[in-house]
Amino acid sequence: MELDHIYTEIIIEQSNSKKNKRDLEHPSVVSEGKNPSCGDEITLQLLIKDGIIADASFNGVGCAISQASSSIMIDLVKGKSTEEAGKLADLFISMIQRKVTDDSELEPLEDAVALRNISNMPSRVKCATMPWHTLLHAIRET
Amino acid sequence: MENEFIKDFPLLQSSTSNGKRLVYLDNAATTQKPVSVINAVKEYYENDNANPHRGAYALSTAATDIYEGAREQVRSFINAGHPEEIIFTKGATEGFNLAASSYGMNDIGSGDEILVSIAEHHSNLIPWQIVAKKKSAVLKYMYTDPSGRFTEDEINEKITERTKLVAITQVSNVLGIINPVEQIIKRAHEMGAVVVLDATQSIPHFNVDVQKLDVDFMAFSGHKMLAPMGIGVLYGKKELLDKMPPMLYGGGMVESVTEQDTVYAELPLKFEGGTQNVEGAYGLAKAIAYINKTGYGRIAEIENALTAYAMDQLRDIPYATVYGDTNQGKRTGVISFNIEGVHPHDVSTVLDAYVVAIRSGHHCAQPLMKHLGINACCRMSIYFYNTAQDIDLFLDAVKKVRGWLGIGA
Repeated sequence: MELDHIYTEIIIEQSNSKKNKRDLEHPSVVSEGKNPSCGDEITLQLLIKDGIIADASFNGVGCAISQASSSIMIDLVKGKSTEEAGKLADLFISMIQRKVTDDSELEPLEDAVALRNISNMPSRVKCATMPWHTLLHAIRET
Repeated sequence: MENEFIKDFPLLQSSTSNGKRLVYLDNAATTQKPVSVINAVKEYYENDNANPHRGAYALSTAATDIYEGAREQVRSFINAGHPEEIIFTKGATEGFNLAASSYGMNDIGSGDEILVSIAEHHSNLIPWQIVAKKKSAVLKYMYTDPSGRFTEDEINEKITERTKLVAITQVSNVLGIINPVEQIIKRAHEMGAVVVLDATQSIPHFNVDVQKLDVDFMAFSGHKMLAPMGIGVLYGKKELLDKMPPMLYGGGMVESVTEQDTVYAELPLKFEGGTQNVEGAYGLAKAIAYINKTGYGRIAEIENALTAYAMDQLRDIPYATVYGDTNQGKRTGVISFNIEGVHPHDVSTVLDAYVVAIRSGHHCAQPLMKHLGINACCRMSIYFYNTAQDIDLFLDAVKKVRGWLGIGA
């Protein structure tokens, strides 16, 4: 596995970006995600109005993959309905599990497709999927 | 650059598809195996396989001789007084669980204190949490100072006449620091407590003499000292083991069985229910032979030189933090560090691309990580078959990490 296939420009940029890393003032739901084996921990916060994710953010610590994945996910689901967001999370997880491989089917994931190569690294798969599992958990709680 | 040992280790001679040689620096997790150990397992199955202590035929006797011969080899290796003080387990974890379930659950009572060091691996920590919970005992911790060492004051303050048991590791699997176990054992005995020693990270690197230490229980894993996985040892003083009930009930651990009652076998078979890992025990005997042939003196000489070199070089990197007392002496070749701005898992992934294998994470020592105030760290760990070139390749890769993660240079 070549490093430039993992640490791509968009992943490096998103992992170092602070734009989605903040606390919401009045979140409707707060969900914690953990990767016990490596110590990645995120707190995902969603503001939901009339079934739409009006705002979203995260906080926590973790590797570049988990941080980038969280940030890209937030960019993608903001403004969408919880139902759409849930479908996108399922699609992302299916992409990493290589259950969906067709480029056109993955189009709705937009920038999140940049994390596709993580599927070649079994030891890092959980880093990429953890934020999306946390999102699914948060949506179920609403 | 090679050394005299690499020829004995098939895996260390392998290289990747692009011709890079593996730099293996995760020896605190498991070591590679010499060909004498690998062949021992193979030869056992080709020539001597039968169920030991069971059949009255030549092959079963041969298997018994191999198994009991390995026990004697271990006895001599740790200088135990009797071979029946050597209980074969599948590793240190099983050893500590046996001590906790058979000794702890019977000899520790309500209000008694169990003292566990903050530097323990989860395997010598969780079993005592469980004993404390089930027996309503008090679980206390002995803490290191900021440099990772246990001070005399801390030892004397925490081990008191209320202490019934002390769980302590001889070498921290995170910091590599050698703990003053002689002092801890002496104090514990003065206060009437028994000591359960974790020798997993010490015995691969220096001599451990159970009689000289006067330790009550001691456990280690074979696979961290050249032997196969799935074999380990629990040493216990005979007078303690004699009084303890078995942990596993079944075949091989009985004298006689009636419909309602069982008379257990004598030591050590009382604790070895079920068919044992005979090829593992044989492999462990061959691993001990390899260490004896090499000599602990030579092992220490090589490891100390490599550790000093790696430590000096790492300390020169301004964005690297090394944990624990970095002074030489009183430490083994386990070095834990972090790279500023980069998560340990990303460090490990970048190093992997340069075919350098190190560990990242919490190293099965989450309370210690919390005590150190960190979430996770990188750990490189040296064994005597490593070379100065291994350290150079490791350092070269470490210096490339931040570039890949888009931080500075």
